[in-house]
Amino acid sequence: MAKTSEVLLSPIFKDNPIALQVLGICSALAVTSKLYPTLIMCVALTATITLSNFFISLIRNIVPSNIRIIVQMTIISSLVIIVDQLLKAYDYETSKTLSVFVGLIITNCIVMGRAEAYAMQNGPYMSMVDGFGNGLGYSVILIIVGSIRELIGSGQLLGVQILPLVSEGGWYVSNNFFLLPPSSFLIIGLFIWFLRSWKTEQVEPAEFKMSKNAPKEVKADHA
Amino acid sequence: MQNKDSIKNTLLIGIGLCLVCAAVISVIAVGLKELQKSNAVLDQQKKIVAAADLKGFYGTTESAFDSIEEKIIDIEEGLITDISTKKYDLSKELKDPSRYIALSSIEDIATIKKRENFSKVFLEYREDQLNTVILPVRGYGLWGILYGYLAISSDLNTIVGLEFYQHKETPGLGAEVDNPKWKALWRGKKIYDENGEILIKVVKGKVDNNTDMSTYEVDGLSGATLTSNGVSNLLAYWLGDSGFKKFLNNLKQENING
Repeated sequence: MAKTSEVLLSPIFKDNPIALQVLGICSALAVTSKLYPTLIMCVALTATITLSNFFISLIRNIVPSNIRIIVQMTIISSLVIIVDQLLKAYDYETSKTLSVFVGLIITNCIVMGRAEAYAMQNGPYMSMVDGFGNGLGYSVILIIVGSIRELIGSGQLLGVQILPLVSEGGWYVSNNFFLLPPSSFLIIGLFIWFLRSWKTEQVEPAEFKMSKNAPKEVKADHA
Repeated sequence: MQNKDSIKNTLLIGIGLCLVCAAVISVIAVGLKELQKSNAVLDQQKKIVAAADLKGFYGTTESAFDSIEEKIIDIEEGLITDISTKKYDLSKELKDPSRYIALSSIEDIATIKKRENFSKVFLEYREDQLNTVILPVRGYGLWGILYGYLAISSDLNTIVGLEFYQHKETPGLGAEVDNPKWKALWRGKKIYDENGEILIKVVKGKVDNNTDMSTYEVDGLSGATLTSNGVSNLLAYWLGDSGFKKFLNNLKQENING
Protein backbone atom coordinates (compact mmCIF):
# COMPACT_ATOMS: atom_id res chain seq x y z
CA MET A 1 0.00 0.00 0.00
CA ALA A 2 2.90 2.30 0.75
CA LYS A 3 3.90 2.04 -2.88
CA THR A 4 0.47 3.05 -4.12
CA SER A 5 0.42 6.25 -2.11
CA GLU A 6 3.98 6.93 -3.19
CA VAL A 7 3.01 6.59 -6.87
CA LEU A 8 -0.08 8.70 -6.31
CA LEU A 9 1.47 11.52 -4.30
CA SER A 10 4.99 11.89 -5.60
CA PRO A 11 3.97 13.61 -8.86
CA ILE A 12 2.32 16.39 -6.89
CA PHE A 13 5.41 18.03 -5.40
CA LYS A 14 8.31 15.61 -5.51
CA ASP A 15 8.18 14.74 -9.17
CA ASN A 16 5.78 17.28 -10.61
CA PRO A 17 5.26 16.89 -14.36
CA ILE A 18 5.27 20.64 -14.99
CA ALA A 19 7.67 21.91 -12.36
CA LEU A 20 10.31 19.19 -12.48
CA GLN A 21 9.87 17.47 -15.81
CA VAL A 22 8.76 20.75 -17.47
CA LEU A 23 6.17 19.04 -19.65
CA GLY A 24 2.75 20.26 -20.76
CA ILE A 25 3.63 23.94 -20.42
CA CYS A 26 1.62 24.93 -23.49
CA SER A 27 -1.81 24.34 -22.02
CA ALA A 28 -0.68 25.73 -18.68
CA LEU A 29 -0.16 29.03 -20.48
CA ALA A 30 -3.22 28.95 -22.65
CA VAL A 31 -6.18 28.04 -20.49
CA THR A 32 -5.33 29.62 -17.14
CA SER A 33 -6.59 33.18 -17.54
CA LYS A 34 -9.73 32.26 -15.61
CA LEU A 35 -10.05 29.69 -12.84
CA TYR A 36 -13.23 27.93 -13.98
CA PRO A 37 -12.03 26.81 -17.41
CA THR A 38 -8.76 25.89 -15.70
CA LEU A 39 -10.60 23.52 -13.38
CA ILE A 40 -12.46 21.94 -16.29
CA MET A 41 -9.18 21.54 -18.13
CA CYS A 42 -7.65 19.83 -15.06
CA VAL A 43 -10.55 17.40 -14.86
CA ALA A 44 -10.34 16.73 -18.60
CA LEU A 45 -6.61 16.05 -18.49
CA THR A 46 -6.74 13.96 -15.31
CA ALA A 47 -9.52 11.81 -16.75
CA THR A 48 -7.66 11.37 -20.01
CA ILE A 49 -4.32 10.46 -18.47
CA THR A 50 -5.86 8.08 -15.90
CA LEU A 51 -7.86 6.19 -18.51
CA SER A 52 -5.17 6.23 -21.17
CA ASN A 53 -2.65 4.79 -18.72
CA PHE A 54 -5.18 2.14 -17.78
CA PHE A 55 -5.98 1.04 -21.33
CA ILE A 56 -2.40 1.20 -22.53
CA SER A 57 -1.23 -0.84 -19.58
CA LEU A 58 -4.00 -3.35 -20.25
CA ILE A 59 -2.75 -4.13 -23.74
CA ARG A 60 0.95 -3.48 -23.10
CA ASN A 61 1.92 -7.15 -23.46
CA ILE A 62 0.36 -7.65 -26.87
CA VAL A 63 1.30 -4.35 -28.49
CA PRO A 64 4.09 -4.80 -31.06
CA SER A 65 6.92 -2.50 -30.02
CA ASN A 66 7.34 -0.97 -33.47
CA ILE A 67 3.85 0.51 -33.49
CA ARG A 68 3.50 1.15 -29.77
CA ILE A 69 3.62 4.96 -30.10
CA ILE A 70 0.86 4.91 -32.70
CA VAL A 71 -1.18 2.62 -30.50
CA GLN A 72 -0.72 4.99 -27.56
CA MET A 73 -1.67 7.98 -29.70
CA THR A 74 -4.79 6.23 -30.96
CA ILE A 75 -5.96 5.46 -27.46
CA ILE A 76 -5.16 8.93 -26.17
CA SER A 77 -6.82 10.63 -29.14
CA SER A 78 -9.95 8.56 -28.77
CA LEU A 79 -10.21 9.45 -25.10
CA VAL A 80 -9.64 13.14 -25.81
CA ILE A 81 -12.34 13.16 -28.48
CA ILE A 82 -14.72 11.54 -26.01
CA VAL A 83 -13.88 14.13 -23.35
CA ASP A 84 -14.40 16.92 -25.90
CA GLN A 85 -17.74 15.47 -26.98
CA LEU A 86 -18.91 15.15 -23.38
CA LEU A 87 -17.88 18.72 -22.66
CA LYS A 88 -19.76 20.00 -25.69
CA ALA A 89 -22.83 18.14 -24.52
CA TYR A 90 -22.77 19.03 -20.84
CA ASP A 91 -20.82 22.27 -20.46
CA TYR A 92 -21.22 24.11 -23.72
CA GLU A 93 -20.08 27.52 -22.43
CA THR A 94 -16.77 26.21 -21.12
CA SER A 95 -16.19 24.08 -24.18
CA LYS A 96 -16.40 27.28 -26.22
CA THR A 97 -13.81 28.96 -23.98
CA LEU A 98 -11.43 26.01 -24.04
CA SER A 99 -12.10 25.42 -27.74
CA VAL A 100 -9.01 23.91 -29.30
CA PHE A 101 -7.13 23.28 -26.07
CA VAL A 102 -9.15 20.23 -25.10
CA GLY A 103 -8.19 18.69 -28.43
CA LEU A 104 -4.60 19.61 -27.76
CA ILE A 105 -4.51 17.31 -24.73
CA ILE A 106 -3.60 14.71 -27.37
CA THR A 107 -0.26 16.41 -27.85
CA ASN A 108 0.26 17.07 -24.15
CA CYS A 109 3.63 15.52 -23.34
CA ILE A 110 2.52 14.49 -19.87
CA VAL A 111 -0.04 12.04 -21.23
CA MET A 112 2.31 10.55 -23.81
CA GLY A 113 5.20 10.60 -21.36
CA ARG A 114 3.38 8.66 -18.68
CA ALA A 115 2.06 6.15 -21.20
CA GLU A 116 5.52 5.44 -22.51
CA ALA A 117 7.42 5.68 -19.23
CA TYR A 118 5.01 4.00 -16.83
CA ALA A 119 2.00 2.31 -18.38
CA MET A 120 4.08 0.24 -20.80
CA GLN A 121 5.94 -1.35 -17.87
CA ASN A 122 3.38 -1.60 -15.09
CA GLY A 123 0.05 -3.22 -14.36
CA PRO A 124 -3.29 -1.53 -15.09
CA TYR A 125 -4.12 -0.62 -11.50
CA MET A 126 -0.78 1.00 -10.70
CA SER A 127 -0.80 2.73 -14.07
CA MET A 128 -4.15 4.26 -13.29
CA VAL A 129 -2.84 5.47 -9.94
CA ASP A 130 0.22 6.91 -11.66
CA GLY A 131 -1.92 8.63 -14.29
CA PHE A 132 -4.22 10.07 -11.66
CA GLY A 133 -1.25 11.27 -9.59
CA ASN A 134 0.31 13.01 -12.57
CA GLY A 135 -3.06 14.51 -13.42
CA LEU A 136 -3.17 15.90 -9.90
CA GLY A 137 0.38 17.25 -10.22
CA TYR A 138 -0.62 19.04 -13.40
CA SER A 139 -3.82 20.28 -11.78
CA VAL A 140 -2.05 21.70 -8.73
CA ILE A 141 0.12 23.93 -10.91
CA LEU A 142 -2.73 24.92 -13.21
CA ILE A 143 -4.99 25.81 -10.30
CA ILE A 144 -2.27 27.90 -8.67
CA VAL A 145 -1.54 29.70 -11.95
CA GLY A 146 -5.24 30.09 -12.76
CA SER A 147 -6.07 31.52 -9.32
CA ILE A 148 -3.22 34.01 -9.36
CA ARG A 149 -3.98 35.12 -12.91
CA GLU A 150 -7.69 35.57 -12.38
CA LEU A 151 -7.19 37.34 -9.05
CA ILE A 152 -4.53 39.77 -10.26
CA GLY A 153 -5.80 40.07 -13.82
CA SER A 154 -9.47 40.68 -13.17
CA GLY A 155 -9.85 40.82 -9.38
CA GLN A 156 -12.07 37.76 -9.40
CA LEU A 157 -12.05 34.12 -8.39
CA LEU A 158 -14.40 31.78 -10.24
CA GLY A 159 -16.16 34.87 -11.56
CA VAL A 160 -16.85 36.28 -8.08
CA GLN A 161 -15.44 39.76 -7.58
CA ILE A 162 -12.89 39.60 -4.73
CA LEU A 163 -11.06 42.86 -5.34
CA PRO A 164 -13.46 45.65 -6.38
CA LEU A 165 -12.21 47.20 -9.62
CA VAL A 166 -11.64 50.90 -10.08
CA SER A 167 -13.74 50.80 -13.25
CA GLU A 168 -16.63 49.57 -11.13
CA GLY A 169 -16.17 52.00 -8.26
CA GLY A 170 -13.67 50.00 -6.18
CA TRP A 171 -9.98 50.51 -5.49
CA TYR A 172 -8.24 47.75 -7.40
CA VAL A 173 -6.53 48.52 -10.70
CA SER A 174 -6.41 45.22 -12.56
CA ASN A 175 -3.13 44.16 -14.09
CA ASN A 176 -3.89 43.25 -17.68
CA PHE A 177 -0.56 41.52 -18.12
CA PHE A 178 -1.88 38.64 -16.04
CA LEU A 179 -4.66 38.06 -18.55
CA LEU A 180 -2.12 37.36 -21.26
CA PRO A 181 -0.47 33.94 -21.62
CA PRO A 182 3.15 35.04 -20.97
CA SER A 183 2.30 35.85 -17.35
CA SER A 184 2.06 32.10 -16.71
CA PHE A 185 5.76 31.79 -17.45
CA LEU A 186 6.42 34.16 -14.61
CA ILE A 187 4.16 32.30 -12.18
CA ILE A 188 5.41 28.85 -13.17
CA GLY A 189 8.99 30.12 -12.92
CA LEU A 190 8.40 31.47 -9.44
CA PHE A 191 6.69 28.23 -8.46
CA ILE A 192 9.64 26.16 -9.65
CA TRP A 193 11.99 28.44 -7.73
CA PHE A 194 9.89 28.10 -4.59
CA LEU A 195 9.64 24.33 -5.01
CA ARG A 196 13.36 23.86 -5.52
CA SER A 197 14.28 26.01 -2.53
CA TRP A 198 11.97 23.82 -0.47
CA LYS A 199 13.00 20.48 -1.97
CA THR A 200 16.62 21.16 -2.70
CA GLU A 201 17.21 17.69 -4.18
CA GLN A 202 15.35 18.92 -7.28
CA VAL A 203 18.05 21.45 -8.05
CA GLU A 204 19.91 20.26 -11.11
CA PRO A 205 23.72 20.35 -11.12
CA ALA A 206 25.00 23.28 -13.13
CA GLU A 207 25.84 22.33 -16.70
CA PHE A 208 28.92 24.50 -16.73
CA LYS A 209 30.77 26.68 -14.32
CA MET A 210 30.96 30.40 -14.77
CA SER A 211 34.58 31.42 -14.97
CA LYS A 212 35.88 34.32 -12.96
CA ASN A 213 35.91 37.66 -14.65
CA ALA A 214 39.68 37.81 -15.14
CA PRO A 215 41.40 41.04 -16.17
CA LYS A 216 42.35 41.11 -19.82
CA GLU A 217 45.85 40.07 -20.57
CA VAL A 218 47.83 42.23 -22.89
CA LYS A 219 48.94 40.04 -25.71
CA ALA A 220 52.57 40.45 -26.46
CA ASP A 221 52.76 38.69 -29.77
CA HIS A 222 51.02 41.16 -32.03
CA ALA A 223 52.70 41.62 -35.30
CA MET B 1 2.65 -17.71 -27.69
CA GLN B 2 3.15 -16.15 -31.06
CA ASN B 3 5.83 -13.49 -31.43
CA LYS B 4 4.12 -10.19 -30.72
CA ASP B 5 6.37 -8.30 -33.13
CA SER B 6 5.40 -10.42 -36.16
CA ILE B 7 3.86 -8.63 -39.11
CA LYS B 8 0.64 -10.54 -38.67
CA ASN B 9 0.31 -9.47 -35.07
CA THR B 10 1.22 -5.87 -35.88
CA LEU B 11 -1.53 -5.64 -38.47
CA LEU B 12 -3.99 -7.41 -36.24
CA ILE B 13 -3.42 -5.12 -33.27
CA GLY B 14 -3.32 -2.01 -35.42
CA ILE B 15 -6.56 -2.72 -37.26
CA GLY B 16 -8.30 -4.13 -34.20
CA LEU B 17 -7.47 -1.11 -32.08
CA CYS B 18 -8.63 1.31 -34.76
CA LEU B 19 -11.92 -0.52 -35.11
CA VAL B 20 -12.55 -0.59 -31.38
CA CYS B 21 -11.68 3.10 -30.95
CA ALA B 22 -13.73 4.12 -33.99
CA ALA B 23 -16.73 2.17 -32.74
CA VAL B 24 -16.55 3.67 -29.24
CA ILE B 25 -16.18 7.22 -30.55
CA SER B 26 -18.99 6.79 -33.05
CA VAL B 27 -21.37 5.51 -30.43
CA ILE B 28 -20.57 8.37 -28.09
CA ALA B 29 -20.65 11.05 -30.80
CA VAL B 30 -23.98 9.88 -32.16
CA GLY B 31 -25.39 9.46 -28.68
CA LEU B 32 -24.48 12.98 -27.64
CA LYS B 33 -25.31 14.68 -30.92
CA GLU B 34 -28.85 15.68 -30.00
CA LEU B 35 -27.73 17.12 -26.69
CA GLN B 36 -24.94 19.10 -28.35
CA LYS B 37 -27.27 20.42 -31.02
CA SER B 38 -29.84 21.55 -28.52
CA ASN B 39 -27.04 23.16 -26.50
CA ALA B 40 -25.89 25.15 -29.50
CA VAL B 41 -29.44 26.19 -30.32
CA LEU B 42 -30.15 27.11 -26.72
CA ASP B 43 -26.96 29.14 -26.59
CA GLN B 44 -28.09 31.16 -29.62
CA GLN B 45 -31.56 31.63 -28.19
CA LYS B 46 -30.09 32.82 -24.91
CA LYS B 47 -28.04 35.45 -26.70
CA ILE B 48 -30.99 36.61 -28.81
CA VAL B 49 -33.23 36.87 -25.78
CA ALA B 50 -30.47 38.62 -23.83
CA ALA B 51 -29.85 41.14 -26.62
CA ALA B 52 -33.53 42.00 -26.73
CA ASP B 53 -33.77 41.92 -22.92
CA LEU B 54 -36.90 39.78 -23.01
CA LYS B 55 -36.29 37.43 -20.11
CA GLY B 56 -37.74 39.82 -17.56
CA PHE B 57 -40.96 40.15 -19.52
CA TYR B 58 -41.53 36.52 -20.41
CA GLY B 59 -39.97 34.77 -17.41
CA THR B 60 -37.80 32.15 -19.08
CA THR B 61 -35.55 32.05 -22.12
CA GLU B 62 -37.72 29.36 -23.69
CA SER B 63 -40.99 31.22 -23.40
CA ALA B 64 -39.32 34.43 -24.53
CA PHE B 65 -37.95 32.72 -27.57
CA ASP B 66 -41.31 31.16 -28.36
CA SER B 67 -42.77 34.63 -28.69
CA ILE B 68 -40.17 35.63 -31.27
CA GLU B 69 -40.87 35.17 -34.96
CA GLU B 70 -38.00 34.10 -37.16
CA LYS B 71 -38.02 35.46 -40.69
CA ILE B 72 -35.71 35.21 -43.66
CA ILE B 73 -35.28 38.57 -45.31
CA ASP B 74 -33.85 39.63 -48.63
CA ILE B 75 -31.25 42.19 -47.63
CA GLU B 76 -31.08 43.89 -51.03
CA GLU B 77 -34.84 44.43 -51.19
CA GLY B 78 -35.22 44.94 -47.50
CA LEU B 79 -38.30 42.73 -47.50
CA ILE B 80 -39.41 39.67 -45.57
CA THR B 81 -39.53 36.57 -47.75
CA ASP B 82 -41.51 33.40 -47.16
CA ILE B 83 -38.44 31.17 -47.23
CA SER B 84 -38.53 28.60 -44.44
CA THR B 85 -36.23 29.38 -41.54
CA LYS B 86 -35.79 25.72 -40.70
CA LYS B 87 -32.96 24.99 -43.07
CA TYR B 88 -31.28 28.38 -43.02
CA ASP B 89 -27.60 28.18 -42.17
CA LEU B 90 -25.37 31.21 -42.56
CA SER B 91 -22.22 29.20 -43.19
CA LYS B 92 -23.96 27.41 -46.08
CA GLU B 93 -25.20 30.69 -47.53
CA LEU B 94 -21.66 32.00 -47.59
CA LYS B 95 -20.44 29.00 -49.59
CA ASP B 96 -22.81 29.42 -52.52
CA PRO B 97 -21.65 32.30 -54.78
CA SER B 98 -25.18 32.85 -56.05
CA ARG B 99 -26.36 33.52 -52.52
CA TYR B 100 -23.85 36.11 -51.37
CA ILE B 101 -22.14 39.18 -52.75
CA ALA B 102 -18.40 39.71 -52.49
CA LEU B 103 -17.65 43.09 -50.99
CA SER B 104 -15.10 45.49 -52.40
CA SER B 105 -12.60 46.84 -49.91
CA ILE B 106 -14.31 50.25 -49.87
CA GLU B 107 -17.71 48.81 -49.03
CA ASP B 108 -16.31 46.26 -46.64
CA ILE B 109 -15.84 48.41 -43.55
CA ALA B 110 -16.56 45.49 -41.23
CA THR B 111 -13.98 43.29 -43.03
CA ILE B 112 -16.34 40.39 -43.60
CA LYS B 113 -15.52 39.88 -47.31
CA LYS B 114 -18.90 38.34 -48.17
CA ARG B 115 -22.43 39.42 -47.40
CA GLU B 116 -25.25 36.95 -47.65
CA ASN B 117 -28.28 37.89 -49.77
CA PHE B 118 -30.68 36.38 -47.29
CA SER B 119 -30.48 36.85 -43.58
CA LYS B 120 -32.39 35.42 -40.66
CA VAL B 121 -33.85 38.13 -38.43
CA PHE B 122 -36.01 37.90 -35.34
CA LEU B 123 -39.13 39.91 -34.66
CA GLU B 124 -40.89 40.17 -31.36
CA TYR B 125 -44.51 41.33 -31.35
CA ARG B 126 -46.61 42.36 -28.39
CA GLU B 127 -50.35 42.60 -29.02
CA ASP B 128 -49.71 42.52 -32.77
CA GLN B 129 -47.42 45.51 -32.51
CA LEU B 130 -43.78 45.13 -33.42
CA ASN B 131 -41.80 45.58 -30.22
CA THR B 132 -38.22 44.51 -30.96
CA VAL B 133 -36.22 43.67 -34.06
CA ILE B 134 -33.15 41.51 -33.57
CA LEU B 135 -30.57 41.52 -36.35
CA PRO B 136 -27.55 39.27 -36.77
CA VAL B 137 -24.35 41.30 -37.09
CA ARG B 138 -20.73 40.41 -37.51
CA GLY B 139 -17.40 42.08 -38.16
CA TYR B 140 -13.69 41.87 -37.60
CA GLY B 141 -12.29 42.85 -34.22
CA LEU B 142 -8.66 42.27 -33.31
CA TRP B 143 -8.15 38.51 -33.65
CA GLY B 144 -11.16 37.42 -35.60
CA ILE B 145 -14.76 38.01 -36.50
CA LEU B 146 -17.20 38.89 -33.74
CA TYR B 147 -20.65 37.38 -34.25
CA GLY B 148 -23.56 38.89 -32.43
CA TYR B 149 -27.11 40.15 -32.28
CA LEU B 150 -28.28 43.73 -32.22
CA ALA B 151 -31.74 44.39 -30.82
CA ILE B 152 -33.57 47.54 -31.86
CA SER B 153 -36.85 48.77 -30.36
CA SER B 154 -40.04 49.49 -32.29
CA ASP B 155 -39.05 53.04 -33.30
CA LEU B 156 -36.29 51.30 -35.32
CA ASN B 157 -33.74 53.80 -34.10
CA THR B 158 -33.19 52.98 -30.43
CA ILE B 159 -30.87 50.16 -29.41
CA VAL B 160 -32.13 47.69 -26.84
CA GLY B 161 -28.99 45.62 -26.60
CA LEU B 162 -25.95 44.19 -28.32
CA GLU B 163 -24.77 40.69 -27.55
CA PHE B 164 -21.91 38.72 -29.07
CA TYR B 165 -22.11 34.94 -29.14
CA GLN B 166 -18.77 34.16 -30.72
CA HIS B 167 -15.50 36.04 -30.81
CA LYS B 168 -11.78 35.56 -30.30
CA GLU B 169 -10.93 38.81 -28.51
CA THR B 170 -8.33 38.98 -25.72
CA PRO B 171 -9.72 37.94 -22.32
CA GLY B 172 -9.98 40.93 -20.01
CA LEU B 173 -9.48 43.45 -22.81
CA GLY B 174 -11.42 42.95 -26.03
CA ALA B 175 -13.42 40.11 -24.53
CA GLU B 176 -14.98 42.69 -22.23
CA VAL B 177 -17.60 43.01 -25.01
CA ASP B 178 -19.24 40.33 -22.86
CA ASN B 179 -19.08 42.45 -19.73
CA PRO B 180 -22.67 43.12 -18.54
CA LYS B 181 -21.71 46.65 -17.43
CA TRP B 182 -20.50 47.52 -20.93
CA LYS B 183 -23.42 45.83 -22.62
CA ALA B 184 -25.80 47.86 -20.44
CA LEU B 185 -24.33 51.07 -21.93
CA TRP B 186 -25.95 50.29 -25.27
CA ARG B 187 -29.47 50.47 -24.01
CA GLY B 188 -31.31 53.57 -25.26
CA LYS B 189 -28.58 54.71 -27.63
CA LYS B 190 -29.80 56.08 -30.97
CA ILE B 191 -28.56 54.86 -34.32
CA TYR B 192 -29.49 57.41 -37.02
CA ASP B 193 -29.90 61.18 -36.91
CA GLU B 194 -32.87 62.96 -38.57
CA ASN B 195 -31.24 62.62 -41.99
CA GLY B 196 -30.71 58.90 -41.67
CA GLU B 197 -26.98 59.27 -41.11
CA ILE B 198 -25.46 56.53 -38.94
CA LEU B 199 -23.97 58.16 -35.88
CA ILE B 200 -23.80 55.28 -33.41
CA LYS B 201 -20.24 54.41 -32.51
CA VAL B 202 -17.88 53.32 -29.78
CA VAL B 203 -15.68 56.24 -28.77
CA LYS B 204 -12.21 56.20 -27.28
CA GLY B 205 -12.41 56.65 -23.53
CA LYS B 206 -15.55 57.87 -21.79
CA VAL B 207 -18.54 59.47 -23.46
CA ASP B 208 -18.91 63.15 -22.66
CA ASN B 209 -22.52 63.34 -21.49
CA ASN B 210 -22.72 67.10 -21.98
CA THR B 211 -22.63 67.00 -25.77
CA ASP B 212 -25.52 66.36 -28.17
CA MET B 213 -23.63 63.40 -29.55
CA SER B 214 -23.73 61.43 -26.32
CA THR B 215 -26.95 59.63 -27.27
CA TYR B 216 -25.07 58.14 -30.21
CA GLU B 217 -21.93 57.16 -28.34
CA VAL B 218 -20.80 54.28 -26.16
CA ASP B 219 -17.68 54.19 -23.93
CA GLY B 220 -14.68 52.49 -25.50
CA LEU B 221 -13.23 49.33 -24.00
CA SER B 222 -10.03 50.39 -22.28
CA GLY B 223 -6.98 48.65 -23.71
CA ALA B 224 -8.99 47.34 -26.64
CA THR B 225 -9.08 50.10 -29.23
CA LEU B 226 -9.12 47.71 -32.17
CA THR B 227 -12.00 45.70 -30.77
CA SER B 228 -13.89 48.94 -30.04
CA ASN B 229 -13.28 50.13 -33.59
CA GLY B 230 -14.34 46.74 -34.87
CA VAL B 231 -17.67 47.05 -33.05
CA SER B 232 -18.19 50.57 -34.47
CA ASN B 233 -17.37 49.34 -37.96
CA LEU B 234 -19.62 46.33 -37.85
CA LEU B 235 -22.54 48.45 -36.70
CA ALA B 236 -21.80 51.04 -39.38
CA TYR B 237 -21.80 48.29 -41.98
CA TRP B 238 -24.87 46.35 -40.91
CA LEU B 239 -26.96 49.44 -40.25
CA GLY B 240 -25.88 51.01 -43.53
CA ASP B 241 -27.21 50.79 -47.08
CA SER B 242 -25.60 47.47 -47.88
CA GLY B 243 -26.78 46.10 -44.52
CA PHE B 244 -30.20 46.28 -42.90
CA LYS B 245 -31.02 49.95 -43.46
CA LYS B 246 -33.52 49.27 -46.21
CA PHE B 247 -35.21 46.59 -44.16
CA LEU B 248 -35.46 48.90 -41.16
CA ASN B 249 -36.89 51.69 -43.33
CA ASN B 250 -39.46 49.31 -44.79
CA LEU B 251 -40.46 48.20 -41.31
CA LYS B 252 -40.79 51.82 -40.25
CA GLN B 253 -43.04 52.51 -43.25
CA GLU B 254 -45.13 49.52 -42.34
CA ASN B 255 -45.40 50.73 -38.76
CA ILE B 256 -46.69 54.12 -39.91
CA ASN B 257 -49.14 52.67 -42.42
CA GLY B 258 -50.32 49.84 -40.25
